[in-house]
Amino acid sequence: MKQLMLGNQAFARGLYEAGCSVVSSYPGTPSTEVTEEAAKYDEIYCEWAPNEKVAMEVAFGASLAGKRSFCGMKHVGLNVAADPLFTCSYTGVNAGLVICVADDPGMHSSQNEQDSRHYAESAKVPMLEPADSAETCDFVKKAYEISEQFDTPVIVKMCTRIAHSQSLVDTQERILPKMPAYEKNASKYVMMPANAIRRHPFVEERTRKLTEYAESCDLNRVEMGDTKLGVITSSTSYQYVKEVFGEQASILKLGMVYPLPEKLILDFAAKVDKVVIVEELDAVIENHCRKLGLEVTGKELFPIEGEFSQNLIAEKLGVRAVKVSGLEENLPNRPPVMCAGCPHRGLFYTLSKNHCRVLGDIGCYTLGAVAPLNAMDMTLCMGASVSAIHGFNKALGEESEGNTVAVIGDSTFMHSGMTGLANIAYNQSNSTIIILDNSITGMTGHQQNPTTGYNIKGDPAGKIDLESLCRSMGIERVVVIDPYDLQQCDKVIKEELAAKEPSVIISRRPCALLKYVKAKPALHVDENKCVGCKACMRLGCPAISMKNGKAVIDTTLCVGCDVCRQLCKCGALQTGEVQE
Amino acid sequence: MTKNIMIVGVGGQGSLLASKLLGHLLLSEGYDVKVSEVHGMSQRGGSVVTYVRFGEKVYSPIIDKGEADFIISFEKLEAARYLEYLKPDGRIVVNIQEIDPMPVITGAASYPENLIEKMQAKGLQVDAMDCLSLAEQAGSAKAVNIVLMGRLSRYFEIAEEKWLKAIDECVPAKFAKINKEAFKLGRA
Repeated sequence: MKQLMLGNQAFARGLYEAGCSVVSSYPGTPSTEVTEEAAKYDEIYCEWAPNEKVAMEVAFGASLAGKRSFCGMKHVGLNVAADPLFTCSYTGVNAGLVICVADDPGMHSSQNEQDSRHYAESAKVPMLEPADSAETCDFVKKAYEISEQFDTPVIVKMCTRIAHSQSLVDTQERILPKMPAYEKNASKYVMMPANAIRRHPFVEERTRKLTEYAESCDLNRVEMGDTKLGVITSSTSYQYVKEVFGEQASILKLGMVYPLPEKLILDFAAKVDKVVIVEELDAVIENHCRKLGLEVTGKELFPIEGEFSQNLIAEKLGVRAVKVSGLEENLPNRPPVMCAGCPHRGLFYTLSKNHCRVLGDIGCYTLGAVAPLNAMDMTLCMGASVSAIHGFNKALGEESEGNTVAVIGDSTFMHSGMTGLANIAYNQSNSTIIILDNSITGMTGHQQNPTTGYNIKGDPAGKIDLESLCRSMGIERVVVIDPYDLQQCDKVIKEELAAKEPSVIISRRPCALLKYVKAKPALHVDENKCVGCKACMRLGCPAISMKNGKAVIDTTLCVGCDVCRQLCKCGALQTGEVQE
Repeated sequence: MTKNIMIVGVGGQGSLLASKLLGHLLLSEGYDVKVSEVHGMSQRGGSVVTYVRFGEKVYSPIIDKGEADFIISFEKLEAARYLEYLKPDGRIVVNIQEIDPMPVITGAASYPENLIEKMQAKGLQVDAMDCLSLAEQAGSAKAVNIVLMGRLSRYFEIAEEKWLKAIDECVPAKFAKINKEAFKLGRA
C-alpha cells in the first residue's frame, strides 16, 4: 500500500519489514522518530537507553544472541558510540546489526555540523545513504542483508531533509528471516590482542569485498542523460540535482557511500565531458575521485558549510541565478524561546540576577544563553557542564567556586553527567551542579528517561532517584528546589555556592508542556497599578509584552506559573480569574 | 508542473496539521507529494517553515527562493519574512494576528508597521484575514490552521467535499466538527 511517510517513519517501517526485533536508541534530532515509530510495532522490542554507547552495545548484544537489531542516533551521538562501533567492526555480527546516524547540515538543531561519513571510513563499516522515504525503507532491508552477508554492522546515514520529509512508500509485509542461534565463538567475539590481531585482516578483506559489491549493486545507479555534464551525488543533493537538470545531465547516484566503487566511477567519468561532485559537508566523494586520478569539480564551487538547495546548485553550475525581492526593511528575528511557564526560566533568572558564571549543557535550557537572561558561558556537548566546571574550579580555585555553576538536564545527566559528578566526588572540587529536572527529555520532543519512571511505551518502568544517586556517589549536600519559587532559588543557590564542598541542587518541576501538567488560570494585569517598570520583562516570557507603557499578558500562552508576579513590586500582576 | 505551498508561522501554532491535511488530500488526488517539516521542541516560539510540493514527479523536498505558488502564514511578520520565496505571480494567504518575537518583547526591536500594505504595495496578491476570530467563531482558537486551509482551498479545483473528507481523516473525531466549521468559514 502506498502512503506518505516521514523518512524516519519509513526507516522504522524498514526495520519492521526486515524482521528487526531489538531496538535501543538515545533520542537526538533529527533521528528520534525512527525509534518512536519502531516502538509502535508490537513485534519489535524498543527502549530508550541512557546514551548512545549503551544503545549500540545493547543492539550488539542482541545481534550476538542471534536477533536482527538496531540503534539510532544523531551525528554527535555517534561520537559517544564510537567506541563499540570501531571494535564491533572487528567482531562482526551474528544476526544483522543496523545503525542509523542522522546528520544535520545547516545545524537546525545541533551544536556542530560534522560529516558522519568519516566514521564509516575510519571504522571500516559500510554506509548506505537513501535519498527519500521509499529508498530509506528499502535500504534498511538491504542493510540487514549486507550485514549478514559480509559479517559487519551497517550504518544507514540520514540527514535532516531525508529524515524529516514525507514522501511515498510502498509498504510490504514483515518477513522474519531464519536467524542463526547463539554459539560461543571466543576468537571472533573476545577482542583481546591475540584475537583482534586475527580479525583486523578480516576487516581489510571485507572492505575489498564490499568495494567489489559496490561496483555492481543496485544501491548505486547511473542515470544517463546529456553527456556534457556528469554529476556524482547522493542523498538529498541528488534530489536538488534532478530538480535542476532532469535529463539534461548524466548522474551517478550513490546509495552506498562507503566503501565507494572505483570502476563504476571511472566508467561513468569516461562517458561524460565533465564530472562535478555534488555532496553536502565534506569532500568525501570528491577526494575519492581525485585518488582515482580523476579531474573533478567539487568544493571549489560548492560550500562545505550548510545545506544545499536547488537554487544553489543552479547558480553554482551556471544554469540560472535567481533574483528575488522581499520587503526593504530589517525584520526582527524570531529565535526559539523558552515556553511560557518553562520551569527553567525562574532558575536562569536567579543565576542571571546573581551574575553567576554558568557552564551549560545540551537541552532546551541552552536557551538560557539568549537575551534577556543571557545566563550561560559555555555549551559544548552532552555532559560537559559537570566535567568542565571541575576543571574550571581546579584552575581558578576560590575565585570561581563561589560564583560558578554547572546546569544540566535530567536526561543529559543520566546520559553522561554522572561520570563527571563521579570525578567531582572523587577529586573533590567545591563545584555546584544544578540538575534541571523537568522529568522528561524535552528538546527532542518528550522522551522518557531513567529518572521518569516510564518506558518508551509510557508503561511504568524502573526509576532512578536522583537525590539517592548523587548522595551515594559521595555528594553530601543535595538539595531540591522548586524553580517557580524565586526566593527559595535565590537562597539555596547563594548557600550552595558559599559551601566549601561539592553540592548538587535539583531544580525540580515537570515541563509545562507535559500532558499531565495542568495549567493554572492565566495572570492578569491591573492597569491602574502597573507603572511600566518592565521588571517582569526581564524574564523573557513570551506571554508578557508591553503595550502603551503597560504590561500585557497573553492569556492564551500564560499557564499561571506565577514567576512574573514575584518580580512585580507594584502588585500589578494578579493571579486567578479577572476580578471585576 | 510541480506546485509549491509554503506554510510559515510560529513554532507551536499547528502548521504540522495543515501540512498533514494537504499531503493527505493531494495524495488522494493522485499526485506525487513531498512534505518537509521542522520537528523538535527546540523550535517552539521560533520561526518555523513547512514545505508542501506536489505534481507528477517531485524531486527536491524543499521550496527555494522564488518558487512558492502560495505562502500560507499563521502570523503577519512571518509572511513578510519569507516573501523572497514567493513566485512573482504567487499568492500570500495571511492570518493578520501579531505575535511579538523575543527581540520585540525585550524592546531591542519594534514590530514592523503596515506589513500588509507594504506587501500589497509591491504588487503582490495578498489575502489578509483575521483567522483567529473565525477560528474562535468555529469553536476553537486552535483551528486557525484549518481556517487558512479553507481560504487556500478557493484556489484549487478540488471539490469542497474532498477537503472535508480529508479533515475527517486527519483530525481526531471529537475535533472534526469544529475543524470543518473552521474550514467553511475560511473558504466563505
